[in-house]
Amino acid sequence: MSHIKEQDTPQALRVEALESILVEKGLLSADDIDEIVARYNERVGPLNGARLVARAWKDSSFRELLLRDGSAAIEPYQFEGGEVDKLVVVANTSDVHNVVVCTLCSCYPWAVLGLPPRWYKDPAYRSRIVREPRKVLHEMGLDLDEKIKIHVWDSSAEVRYMVLPMQPEGTEHYTEEKLIPLITRESMIGVSRL
Amino acid sequence: MVEGNSLDLTGNLAPPMANGELVFDAPWESRVFGMARLLCEQGFYDWDEFREYLIAEVDRWDNENPVEATNGNQTYSYYNLFSSALIRLLEEKQICNSRELMGRMDAFESRPHGHDH
Repeated sequence: MSHIKEQDTPQALRVEALESILVEKGLLSADDIDEIVARYNERVGPLNGARLVARAWKDSSFRELLLRDGSAAIEPYQFEGGEVDKLVVVANTSDVHNVVVCTLCSCYPWAVLGLPPRWYKDPAYRSRIVREPRKVLHEMGLDLDEKIKIHVWDSSAEVRYMVLPMQPEGTEHYTEEKLIPLITRESMIGVSRL
Repeated sequence: MVEGNSLDLTGNLAPPMANGELVFDAPWESRVFGMARLLCEQGFYDWDEFREYLIAEVDRWDNENPVEATNGNQTYSYYNLFSSALIRLLEEKQICNSRELMGRMDAFESRPHGHDH
């Protein structure tokens, strides 16, 4: 591993020191770290969630199961990443919009949405989305009609949430594979609509 | 038979990922994340246990920096709090104590530029 010394911040130095101690103790290796980070970056991601959404749009019995028992619905997929022991999927409708937050820290359903985006972990998002969801969503580029009700779901150690967005009009005849690229991570967190 | 299993996660069909932001701002952020997950997978602790430490760190930061007073502040670093949480947990588990860590940091800090191996 090479380092550019000039860019070493105290935080970086601390983590580097920790790594060297753990490597010395034989608890892990630098390659192990590279490997696990690559695993989370490439193999766990919002594409998993998009696959579920596309299938739910095409297959009403799967949709029903996904909304009734998210963990059971995704069990056969054997997604890597964890954090979905209790997955609750909430559906947007023309009258209801759902949005997900973790006010305590950054709980997030990794196996279906990958690692959380930066703004999801920001103190401002975590505290404000509960107090003034319509305003925060507006600031994030989503203007919701006043008559659409907003439900904010606060994740916890036990329960993780994912939003089932509404299928865009005019895509009813699309195959699942054609639908998947339309489904964004933001729509499954609930900060955008499709 | 699971529908959709034929899709390749690393194939061309990655738009939901393509619209993502950078998850890590610096290499050390991904490395501390990797270490925390690895030690958990090896059974040194449950993720729930780590989460308790992380919540405590985030909570401490939130209390010291109320949102109203720090709008747009530059000091918040999620992965710095994440590192602090991991370090406290490893100390509690007697895997790595803070004196050891401080000593190593001092040693690294006194390295001449370009000689950091």
